[in-house]
Amino acid sequence: MKNRGFSPFRFLTYLLVIGAYAALQVLQARSELSATMRGMLVPICAYVVMAVSLNLTVGVLGELSLGHAGFMSVGAFLGTSTAIALQDRIPVAGVRLAVALVVAAIFAAVAGFLIGIPVLRLNGDYLAIVTLAFGEIIKAIFNNLYLGVDAKGVHVSLLEDATNTAETGRLIIQGPMGIGGIQKISTFTAGFVLIMISLIVIFNLVNSRAGRAIMAIRDNPIAAQSVGVNVVKYKMMAFVVSAALAGSAGALFAMNYSTVVANKFDFNTSILILVFVVLGGLGNMFGSIVAAAVLTILPEALRPIAEYRMLLYAVLLILMMLIANHPFVRGLFNRFKRTGQIQLEAGADETEGEVA
Amino acid sequence: MKKKLLCALLALSMLFVLAACNGAPAENPGNNDAQTSGDTNTPGGAQTPDDTQAPADNGESQSEPEPAAPDDQAGLSGETEPEPAAPVEGAFKLGGTGPLTGGAAIYGNAAKNGAQIAADEINAAGGAVKFELRYEDDAHDAEKAVNAYNALKDWGMQISLGSVTSKPAEATSAESFADGIFSLTPSASSPATIAGKDNVFQMCFSDPNQGTASAQYIGMQNLAKSVAVIWKSDDVYSKGIRDTFLEEADAQGLDIVSDTTFSDGNATDFSVQLNDAKNNGAELVFLPMYYEPASLILAQASAMGYAPKWFGVDGMDGILTMQGFDASLAEGVMLLTPFNADATDDATAKFVAEYQRRFGETPNQFAADGYDCVYAYKQALEAANATPDMGAAALNDLMKAQFTSMTFRGLTGDEMTWDASGAVSKLPKGMVIQNGAYVGMD
Repeated sequence: MKNRGFSPFRFLTYLLVIGAYAALQVLQARSELSATMRGMLVPICAYVVMAVSLNLTVGVLGELSLGHAGFMSVGAFLGTSTAIALQDRIPVAGVRLAVALVVAAIFAAVAGFLIGIPVLRLNGDYLAIVTLAFGEIIKAIFNNLYLGVDAKGVHVSLLEDATNTAETGRLIIQGPMGIGGIQKISTFTAGFVLIMISLIVIFNLVNSRAGRAIMAIRDNPIAAQSVGVNVVKYKMMAFVVSAALAGSAGALFAMNYSTVVANKFDFNTSILILVFVVLGGLGNMFGSIVAAAVLTILPEALRPIAEYRMLLYAVLLILMMLIANHPFVRGLFNRFKRTGQIQLEAGADETEGEVA
Repeated sequence: MKKKLLCALLALSMLFVLAACNGAPAENPGNNDAQTSGDTNTPGGAQTPDDTQAPADNGESQSEPEPAAPDDQAGLSGETEPEPAAPVEGAFKLGGTGPLTGGAAIYGNAAKNGAQIAADEINAAGGAVKFELRYEDDAHDAEKAVNAYNALKDWGMQISLGSVTSKPAEATSAESFADGIFSLTPSASSPATIAGKDNVFQMCFSDPNQGTASAQYIGMQNLAKSVAVIWKSDDVYSKGIRDTFLEEADAQGLDIVSDTTFSDGNATDFSVQLNDAKNNGAELVFLPMYYEPASLILAQASAMGYAPKWFGVDGMDGILTMQGFDASLAEGVMLLTPFNADATDDATAKFVAEYQRRFGETPNQFAADGYDCVYAYKQALEAANATPDMGAAALNDLMKAQFTSMTFRGLTGDEMTWDASGAVSKLPKGMVIQNGAYVGMD
């Protein structure tokens, strides 16, 4: 079951995240980070969580999802709305952020569950296209959704602003204008904690009985079914967990900017996240994290060459994909993996123990 | 062992990328590539000037923006590298973000080019105030706009031109308010851009202002009684104008007989919207949108033999110079816009000539806004006796005091003033397209 090599990378992945966080905190404290870098810390955290959560669907469950930004959108809008609605009730920003992230995760999980009911009965290309459509539907809904909060409660309307929100209240989601005037309460530390939680959730799920069932479905659904694995249940489990994590990543992302619009979470964003996953390696969380961070920073690092930067970005992307897939490089990776596995299996049996 | 090596390698490469990003701003303060060669990818064709040549006898008088700078800067080649390669000595670092690539690139490049012309003129004139201008690409996206803004901060921006388009401007203006960097946006028209920020000012009308003015204009001039509105439902600009238009239309006693929408994905076929307007007997169709969809609407209405009066807003500016558009279709279209490239006053004529020479197309309103912004800064900085060695915070206070007290004459308005909220007060000009050119209405 360890054919994708999570286990050897597992502790190194934690180590990488903690190490990077510590290093960046030190740099920040010594004010050696540029404004560009400081501004990108939270988005990188959000994209990393998006990448590892999509990796759960694509890499571990083995189903291609092209609508992951839809869950990000659900989390971004509903999590941010929660934070705004609670602005007076919970004055402490950190607590408000935590509540918003949890609410975002819950809503995205519910959305994931509802979508999952029809979608997970499909597979392969069909599933991919339905998730794509789902992403577009979410975008269209939030483009036409009006949500206001006042003393009488929450008002919702579609297409037209018929919420009749009282003057004293606040119209939070304003259709195509999205949400404006968001307080920036997302912090790098919150992003770091969210990444750690995502990794713990995903690694524990993958190394559990349920995780092995999920991977069995990926490797051969018919065989898995024949030995009594409930295919829909385990598919749903992976899908909902993935959606929930994406939702909280969306909320984290949205609350780093003063404004958010539904068009931000379009097909392109879904594909961008899929690129992180594919470049990092299917099922490889370590790779997803590195790929998400590098590919978020790359366009900014290329800013000095102005107009040519997106061209060069595309060329670099193609090169990275080719190199990562080159037989020589793959062979090298596999050798590392094998030797690492042997070493770890010899030395780390107690930590590596099954969580089931 | 090897695995550890690999991990160390990966971690190193990640750190390297971080460091590269960190170091980039430091090593290229003199690199002006970012702002040159905008002409190589400027979309939107204005290469067919045949329809803009007729001298328009518009009833407006636009006056000279500030001291006329020597009209030319030595060695302007008209293709690239119009500004000195080295940083201008003792200049204010002026930065802005805009969509230089992507679907909205026409607006970003226009504002950038307009600002560049103004900055070059001012620097060539050799006064006390000089500018080093730098534009960064935000691709019309709030996230990238904040990144671009931060890149400008690393460069050492002292005063800001904000962002060109509304949503990115909302994000960057929040940043520049938090950082205490004064910002004057050329064209970000949504009210949220300036709301609650005492150091963010607009050069353009706000959206609600345009909707109200359009409805008043139609009502006062008795242009029509029954009006149809076609608007873009996923666009802040379109929606902002449409909402206030409907409000004011009510007050003016206009009858809204049809109110239909389109969005990004279905902006090619307007037969449903047009038939709805036609069947409900609309005498006038109000089009609060940019000119690309408007050009299709005009063409399709003409094909189905529907000929109501058309009324547009400033986003319609540019329709006459659009490539592949039969300008005769726009005959009789009315619009409110602050800038008219066919105006005959000296300042406008000089600006238009210079713009055409350097960028090969007729400037639109965004270019004029960008141009005005730089001259407004010049006037304010001179009046405040500001020097380039002042920090952003000191300039912020000086500019806030200046902009709320000064009167500025530019290409887009004669007597512009700003109130403390940051909104500009200037009169919109009613224009009608006759014989392929704008003519002022009264």
